[in-house]
Amino acid sequence: MSGGAGMAIAAPVRSRRTSPLLLLLSLRTLIALFAVFAFFSLTAPNFLAVETLVLLAKHVSINAFLAIGMTFVIVTGGIDLSVGSIVGLSGMVAGGLIDRGLPLPMFHVTLFPDVAVVIVAALAVGLLVGLVNGLLVTRLDVAPFIATLGTLYVARGAALLVSGGETFPNLVGRPQFHNTGFPVLGAGTVLGVPVSVIALIVVSLVAAYFAGRTPFGRRVYAVGGNERAALLSGVPVDRVKLIVYMISGACAAFAGLVVASELVASHPASGETFELNAIAATVLGGTSLAGGRGTIWGTIVGAFVIGILGDGLVMLGVSSFWQMVIKGTVIIAAVVLDQMQRRMQRRMAILAQTG
Amino acid sequence: MSASQSEAHDDVVLRAEQVGKVYPGTTALQGVDFAARRGAVNVLLGENGAGKSTLMKILAGVEQPSSGRLFLDGQEVRFASINDAAAQGIGIIFQELNLCPNLSVAENIFLGHPALRFGIDIDTNRHALAARALMRRLEHAIDPDTLVGDLRIAQQQIVEIAKALARDVRVLIMDEPTSALSAAEVEILFRVIAELKASGVAVVYISHRLEELVRIGDTVSVLRDGRLQASAEMRDVDIPWMIAQMVGTLADQSDGPATRSGGAPLLSIADVSLANPHGGFLVDHVSLDVAAGEVVGLYGLLGAGRSELFEVLIGAQPDATGTVLLDGIDLTSLPIASRLRAGIALVPEDRQRDGLVQSLSVAANLTLASLWQFLRGLAIDKTRERNAVARAIGNLFIKVSSPDVEVTALSGGNQQKVVIGRALLTRPKLLLLDEPGRGIDVGAKAEVFRTMRALAREGLGVMFATSDLKEVLAVADRIVVMAGGRIAGDFPRAEATETRLVAAANQGTAISVGHLA
Repeated sequence: MSGGAGMAIAAPVRSRRTSPLLLLLSLRTLIALFAVFAFFSLTAPNFLAVETLVLLAKHVSINAFLAIGMTFVIVTGGIDLSVGSIVGLSGMVAGGLIDRGLPLPMFHVTLFPDVAVVIVAALAVGLLVGLVNGLLVTRLDVAPFIATLGTLYVARGAALLVSGGETFPNLVGRPQFHNTGFPVLGAGTVLGVPVSVIALIVVSLVAAYFAGRTPFGRRVYAVGGNERAALLSGVPVDRVKLIVYMISGACAAFAGLVVASELVASHPASGETFELNAIAATVLGGTSLAGGRGTIWGTIVGAFVIGILGDGLVMLGVSSFWQMVIKGTVIIAAVVLDQMQRRMQRRMAILAQTG
Repeated sequence: MSASQSEAHDDVVLRAEQVGKVYPGTTALQGVDFAARRGAVNVLLGENGAGKSTLMKILAGVEQPSSGRLFLDGQEVRFASINDAAAQGIGIIFQELNLCPNLSVAENIFLGHPALRFGIDIDTNRHALAARALMRRLEHAIDPDTLVGDLRIAQQQIVEIAKALARDVRVLIMDEPTSALSAAEVEILFRVIAELKASGVAVVYISHRLEELVRIGDTVSVLRDGRLQASAEMRDVDIPWMIAQMVGTLADQSDGPATRSGGAPLLSIADVSLANPHGGFLVDHVSLDVAAGEVVGLYGLLGAGRSELFEVLIGAQPDATGTVLLDGIDLTSLPIASRLRAGIALVPEDRQRDGLVQSLSVAANLTLASLWQFLRGLAIDKTRERNAVARAIGNLFIKVSSPDVEVTALSGGNQQKVVIGRALLTRPKLLLLDEPGRGIDVGAKAEVFRTMRALAREGLGVMFATSDLKEVLAVADRIVVMAGGRIAGDFPRAEATETRLVAAANQGTAISVGHLA
């Protein structure tokens, strides 16, 4: 790995008398980010071009939306496998409302709602799937893995049912129906910055604020760290879990809107296996699958590492088969390093006591 | 190893030399010597948290010592795992039963060492025969095909003992084997132990019941605060000696009767019950008043229903019946959060399982139950939170370099203070503490008890559960004894004696007893 980037971060903090190796380990995601960035800057032509970086940020933003919601769920000790299907379903709901409207046969009319209403409706669908996940986990005691595996299929099936499996093309709306403007989400820019990237910044800030500064965030960590202790401290454990699945559903629905808007079309299969990328970004960012640990910023960095790796390898012309091998290796390495760090910290704690 | 030592005690089978064990946050054991003699019952004695379980786990290969050495028949040994130790003839019966409820009695007994046909096929007939023989030896008519989950706790204990006997043990470690047994079952167990002794097995016996130890023990080693306090031949010592070695001197913490209450009681519970899913009651129609400024000790043996009563009071048992009034407010159907805000707080018995959020910092652990106090708009006001944390750390003398340190880095006593601090930050009127002195060193224990007294002086109602006689007599103004889910006695401090408390605590569950006081 590029030692230069690592040393630069390690140096100022070394005075705190922690082991330098431990420090390197704890900064591993950031170091990995700098390493992949530096590597592709040197090897891939045009990697540092503004257009490339803008495109990269747009790619990353979709996975990052999913991963932010996923982080809340995983920090409580759960998992949400349904997010990829929600991406597809929310896109189909939005596409259907724009292209075909909402037929009301009893009044012999078809409603074509505003783009704002379309967006709200698609987000509501995500919230609804999240609500179902949350209720399954809290009220019916279904293991999160199974509950969300079930809704993965149900939501994907629903997405296919919306159009009978067809794609909704050309989601530009019609001026006479006042429902134009949907492509802005995916293609629009403000002062040269894509709208989806601005949305990513806003969502990250809001998520980090809720995770780090509010009682809700504190409770999310407490539930994942020790559910019984949290319960006895007055934390409404079930409500916290319900809310994190709804957050995850809403984040996924938003990602679905961005995808549909970028393509100016919605396809029922879109978002397949996105849940795995989101989990990978979250874990790469230092969130523990056992719950209780993780940060939004770590997850964002994780999403960027995966995104840069993906785009960079494509630019270098590495075959997609090798891309998968490399991505898998990076994820495993991240978790192995995480375990190493835990073990070292434990040993240091014992040393600090006996020494 | 040196031959001279092994010749000096050639009846010593298993010997620990200067063993120590360090966990993050606690030193459980330090420089302990212990020898288990064959054909003898070697008693290991000590208070909760003295290091008995740790030593036992090291002897049985469950844990590896951080320092020191183990000798088996004079040869230095290292047990990589419990199976490794078992293969060398060391058996262990845990206090918390280690049985699989979904498997049959016979399957449990032969779990780690199944009898095989052709090396692959489990010989169930041989299992059933052997299991039946073991049950006969233990004088219990338990069908080997019964699922362990369908057995009563005492029967499960018998299965656990059979499991250890099924292997040819040379050293058998028993951790509180009688805690779940009736008097008749204890007699059977003692006969089995005598039989084992006669056949040359070294029994390591751990119990809190001193009378038992005097009866069956041959040697006694007393641990205190992770060190070996004393060891002697049982015939040379008596119960007062054992108590003195075990407890040391615990200064009387009470500061005169604090019953300054006259008006309505702070806590008033009536007819509180909690059904046991296996039949009967865990808490059996309990009615009780606690006054402000009073320290009430809730004494009882393991399983008397003390922890369950506390859980009912805090609202963690939604199936409980009866009424709970705090300061005149009916808490009966309120969730935990509302009860906390109404002024009742619990310091649970098992710090690691129910108290601490291990992944969070000391500060976050302290304020977890009282976040509503630090709200500014949607967010937590970090300055106010920080100040409250600093005050709590100062008031309780929590030793920590920074409030941002993860709570697991603290010692047991300081972790306990964090849990107490969290309860106090909710500004409770009534503080419930379940075994507040368990697993912490003597100094921390004294500080915790001093804090409890000080809080009562400030007008809080304090109620603490304990199974430690010395503790309850030293700290409480009033002692309520529970047995079998019921109140079996209610003594003002002046009228309480060890004998009366023990008598009340040992009342059988079947006998209906009113107030003795």
